[in-house]
Amino acid sequence: MASHVLPFEKPLAELLDRVAGLRAALGSDPSLRVELERLEAHAAVVARMLFSELTPWQKVQLSRHPKRPYTLDYIQHLISDFVELHGDRRFSEDAAIVAGLGRFGGRSVLVIGHQKGRAAKENVKRNFGMAQPEGYRKADRLYTIADRFQLPILSFVDTPGAYPGIGAEERGQSEAIGACLATLSRVGVPVITTIIGEGGSGGALALAVANRVHVLEYGTYAVISPEGCASILWKDGTKAPEAAERMRMTAPELLKLGVVDRIVCEPSGGAHRDAAATAALVGQAIEEALTELLPLSREELVNDRYARFRRLGTVRIAS
Amino acid sequence: MTWPEKRRLGGSAKEKKTLGEGLFRKCDGCDETLETDALAATFEVCPKCEHHHKLAPSRWRDLLLDDGKLEQWDANLVACDPLEFTDGKTYPQRLAAAQRNTGANDAIDTGLASIDGRPIAYGAFFFSFMGGSMGSVVGEKIARLFEGAKERRLPVVLLQASGGARMQEGILSLMQMAKAVAAQERHRGAGLPFLSVLLHPTTGGVAASFAFLGDVNIAEPRALIGFAGARVIETTIRQKLPEGFQRAEFLLEHGLVDRILARSQMRNEFSVLLSHLQAHTAREVG
Repeated sequence: MASHVLPFEKPLAELLDRVAGLRAALGSDPSLRVELERLEAHAAVVARMLFSELTPWQKVQLSRHPKRPYTLDYIQHLISDFVELHGDRRFSEDAAIVAGLGRFGGRSVLVIGHQKGRAAKENVKRNFGMAQPEGYRKADRLYTIADRFQLPILSFVDTPGAYPGIGAEERGQSEAIGACLATLSRVGVPVITTIIGEGGSGGALALAVANRVHVLEYGTYAVISPEGCASILWKDGTKAPEAAERMRMTAPELLKLGVVDRIVCEPSGGAHRDAAATAALVGQAIEEALTELLPLSREELVNDRYARFRRLGTVRIAS
Repeated sequence: MTWPEKRRLGGSAKEKKTLGEGLFRKCDGCDETLETDALAATFEVCPKCEHHHKLAPSRWRDLLLDDGKLEQWDANLVACDPLEFTDGKTYPQRLAAAQRNTGANDAIDTGLASIDGRPIAYGAFFFSFMGGSMGSVVGEKIARLFEGAKERRLPVVLLQASGGARMQEGILSLMQMAKAVAAQERHRGAGLPFLSVLLHPTTGGVAASFAFLGDVNIAEPRALIGFAGARVIETTIRQKLPEGFQRAEFLLEHGLVDRILARSQMRNEFSVLLSHLQAHTAREVG
């Protein structure tokens, strides 16, 4: 656990450890309750203080926090009767993207998201959430199924980016991503995306051509990683914190630019402190978006999505 | 037909290895010394080794379009600075420099043209304008190109040469991928053909959006085409990349493009391809 504490979280982590210790001891010594309550209140104040002035780079680190809830955690908390579906029918299965059919609030939906691994072994299987072309072809296949059977699409974005490798290029990484953008743009069902962690470039967008895009408070979304940006601009990847400032990749900036429609708040101390509470907040936002979108016809849904992306960007007429 | 911007755009002398007052040039492919005029006559293709050098936008129009003529759409669109981005120079400074050097407002020309009398909607990236990068202007012009083509029931021929998304517009550049593909998808849905022409180089966000979604994908010989940059891949996998990796021939071998065409073949073959793809509409018309 200690190795998963970010430097700026340390004061809070230490307090929370003491809270946990006191709570464990409470059974044998009820007189500790006063001290426990005092400490809990103090921890809440510290959390608010620490998290009120986070730099963009600290938010990037939170978005990548190894204890952060991943897609399968949201599925566990929000989706019932989940049946995972595998494979692209062409080459292989890619575990960096998980997808399947399930029930959200009593309604059948397609759920899809990038999936990172918790430990070394799982991260090998999940490739750190970096999909190969097969992951995107699986996505594309399932988008079509959602369209055929009138299933709303709930997607969860959490990837450093599409995998850059020899095999990925040989098997058409570009085409696989492009095809996802095209298919998502035409499906006649509600599409709701939540950026739960890292929204890394085209590999993220392939799951995010949605009617509504939500982002968690400490989620990020960018055209390139801050490390990549720094290494291009200054030939120095260690200047990533500076790049993160300039890239406007944090939730409030994304909302200002119109790239996301809603910020979902995280529990005190960040999503990784309370996965269940985070999932509940994410679920509530999805529920509200779905309520707005369900009355729309197929055509209206497609047009709504078209209009949403059509207006993104800024141009002017030359004087 | 002469075009005022022709000289300016053709004269990007910086990238040429000039010898003897510009009368001769060394081929980038085989080092052979060639007459500059002779090279211009072959549209910058080396007569000895067939190396395809960079070709200016006006020369592309001469090569492909009837009378070299393009009736431009949205030529007056220019970029804003939504991120107030700076990396030593501000984004407006970089834009102004690119505009001065190329005479263009941004990294793409779009509009109405014809090939062998067959009307088309045509777009061509300028790699010399900030690496052909796609920001809001490029995304908007491509969206309008496909929308305009759909309205007029025209095929689209789009020449791509781009390093990908424009970093100075950050996440908004990424959004252009979705915007442009959505417009392209509507054009496709209307039963209209799209010839996607991949020039050197076509990578990143442009590759991963509409570039491979052509009804027919055509690449120039030896063009570098791919999703990730070679350096990124090498750092990720910690090994050297094989010779010819991400070149047009590699893509043909892996089934990602339909054809590799030398410049001299393009116009004729585009015309034939469009005649096949539009055969049904010709019949309808009578």
